[in-house]
Amino acid sequence: MKISGAEILVKTLIEQGTEVVFGYPGGQVINIYDELYKHQDKLKHVLTAHEQGAAHAADGYARATGKVGVVIATSGPGATNLVTGIATAYLDSIPMVAITGNVSCPLIGKDSFQEVDITGVTMPITKHNFFVNSIDKLAGIIREAFKLAKSGRPGPVLVDIPKDVQTALFDYEPADVVAPYPKKPVTSAAIAKAVEIIMAAKKPYIYIGGGAISGDAGKEIEALAERIDAVIGTSMMGLSAVPTKHPRFLGMVGMHGHYAASIAMHHSDCLITLGARFSDRATGKTSKFAPEAKIIHIDIDAAELEKNVRTDVGISGDIKEVVEKLLAVLPQAKHDDWRSHVEELRKKEAASDPVDDRFSPKNIIRLLNTYKNAATPVVTDVGQNQMWAAQYAEFEQPRKFISSGGLGTMGFGLGAAIGSAIATGERSVLVTGDGGFGMCLTELATAVTYNVPVTVVILNNTVLGMVRQWQTLFFGKRYSNTDISNRQTDFVKLAEAFGASGYRAENESELKAALDAAFASDGPVVVECMINKDEFVLPMVPPGGSMDDLIVKVGD
Amino acid sequence: MERYVVAVLVNNKFGVLNRVTSMFRRRGFNIDTLTVGETQNPKLSRITLSFLGSDNKDQIIRQLEKMPDVHKVQELEKGSSVSRELLLIKINNSSEARQDILAIVDVFRAKIIDYAPDSVTIEVTGESGKVNAIIDLLRGFGIIEMCRTGIVALTRGKENVLATDAEIEEGSEG
Ligand SMILES: Cc1ncc(C[n+]2csc(CCOP(=O)(O)OP(=O)(O)O)c2C)c(N)n1
Ligand SMILES: [Mg+2]
Repeated sequence: MKISGAEILVKTLIEQGTEVVFGYPGGQVINIYDELYKHQDKLKHVLTAHEQGAAHAADGYARATGKVGVVIATSGPGATNLVTGIATAYLDSIPMVAITGNVSCPLIGKDSFQEVDITGVTMPITKHNFFVNSIDKLAGIIREAFKLAKSGRPGPVLVDIPKDVQTALFDYEPADVVAPYPKKPVTSAAIAKAVEIIMAAKKPYIYIGGGAISGDAGKEIEALAERIDAVIGTSMMGLSAVPTKHPRFLGMVGMHGHYAASIAMHHSDCLITLGARFSDRATGKTSKFAPEAKIIHIDIDAAELEKNVRTDVGISGDIKEVVEKLLAVLPQAKHDDWRSHVEELRKKEAASDPVDDRFSPKNIIRLLNTYKNAATPVVTDVGQNQMWAAQYAEFEQPRKFISSGGLGTMGFGLGAAIGSAIATGERSVLVTGDGGFGMCLTELATAVTYNVPVTVVILNNTVLGMVRQWQTLFFGKRYSNTDISNRQTDFVKLAEAFGASGYRAENESELKAALDAAFASDGPVVVECMINKDEFVLPMVPPGGSMDDLIVKVGD
Repeated sequence: MERYVVAVLVNNKFGVLNRVTSMFRRRGFNIDTLTVGETQNPKLSRITLSFLGSDNKDQIIRQLEKMPDVHKVQELEKGSSVSRELLLIKINNSSEARQDILAIVDVFRAKIIDYAPDSVTIEVTGESGKVNAIIDLLRGFGIIEMCRTGIVALTRGKENVLATDAEIEEGSEG
């Protein structure tokens, strides 16, 4: 029996294991929404307040589970509203399928109402995209989109479906969930060279990125660290791949990395890099990056090798497989001098972090640690709030730190927190800023509609803090357009206006009371924390600097 | 800076050339010449690209290889490949210049393909160096218009870039 393209789409989404789609209807997807209505027992649709929120929610869903996130939007403005969300997913290699409607084929290219060349627009921010120009290709393209999104280095794929393809009739043959493309086998020559370098090392350091999470290699990485007596540091994207309290784990490196993690990397003589792409935010000045180290770079994407830093061995392949191969041949090593050097660095770090009872971002995040559990997704927005969360939140399981790394998208947080809570069934915690929350707070409506359990912690410093920090340090305190204290937004009333609960905390006991209420609730709760606008994120490697230039303290 | 030539075997499909050139633009790589045409397998097109590069050649090739519409990328190195460019060039003609023009055409084994009392159009094929050389010589007569195709190239011997049918089948849909 022939069915419509819209129905083929929905059936194919279900067939590919999709349980939830995020989206927003419109004229060019109305047929798809009709089918979503008819198939609502098998496929749940979450209506957001804005397509950007839908894209971030699909992204958060994917980050929290590793499954492909799916988002649907109409043509024209619906499609362009997805762009920031798609780019966010692309820069962080998150598997996503974005479906857009478009005007009917005969109207394409005529500047028709709500026509946008969305495949053209998204070409540089998708792994691939498709324009479906005939009904016979539709199911195959949807399957291929899923396959590409989850193969190798994951990423977003967009499928643009004109209205006449949605209404055309064709046969539908169910198929299995597509498997990713097979991974290229790792050559033994590359492994041998890496083994040689590792065996000669005296100060081994394992540096991991988001690929350690998408490659599900945390346990193997811990085993490798034990075997070669290495320490572990991470890029921001690699946070939660290894438990924060793991004795070999030093923390995050980069512009706002932890002291011991960053300095130890600088001193290391062998840097085993797994699924990290040496972004400028992580490396600082590349010419002075890990100057004493031989660099082994292992990544699923061959194009990452030699892209940003010089490497001594580059291995393109599945991280887990590579680490297993290394484990099969590497003997047990012991590097007492190195370990005690690192211990010294850690002591120094601890000494510069005195315990106090200020209502500071650090203490707020540390308090949050005592409320959340191992399964809680910690989501962030972008700015100082993000860095404080990255520095002080603690993780026991992978996929629990959800943050826009590569694109640094303010406004990412709330949508992603909703998506990750829906995906996991766990109450998610969003750490956000007064600026970034203001960008996409309309998704509170979504959280209320579906009673999504999210605790939104706004670190309200009344400024665009991260930009202001740069203005303080590098622009002579000329605070151009970063003071937003005159906005007078009352976030508590705002939460209530949306139908959520809101609390304001000016000290620890108020925060505790608010969090007690939030964690006892089954829906969205907003907790606004009033903090000082002059709080800094430290340490900091100044832009263009290296770990040598790490700023640990700021004078007045 | 050195000039590299690569052959890129791609799906013969709408929009693919755009994807390839857009990748060059986005990554800040400069394309020097570019030719595209169908291969003996109508499902595939061959893009021959030349670019000036130094340490970014491998990166460019890897970025190309990662595109779903790209089946194969091969560098065509000078020693192990043959390359040609075609030039059509229209220059001023006059009775005084005629003999000199004919001599140049002869030496370069070029062809006159259009002739008028005040203009002459010449066809030249050869490696880029030869094409550059004849342009320099003809400049003195006054170039009215010229058009060159960019490089096409093949490896020497039986080696080839063409993917097997199996490799093509596993490529992407649509
Ligand atoms: C969409 C977007 N616009 C602008 C920026 C630049 N930017 C980075 S951090 C920041 C300030 C963020 O302020 P806020 O959300 O209050 O967080 P805070 O740094 O104060 O914690 C800005 C403007 C960005 N990252 N994303
Ligand atoms: Mg702020």
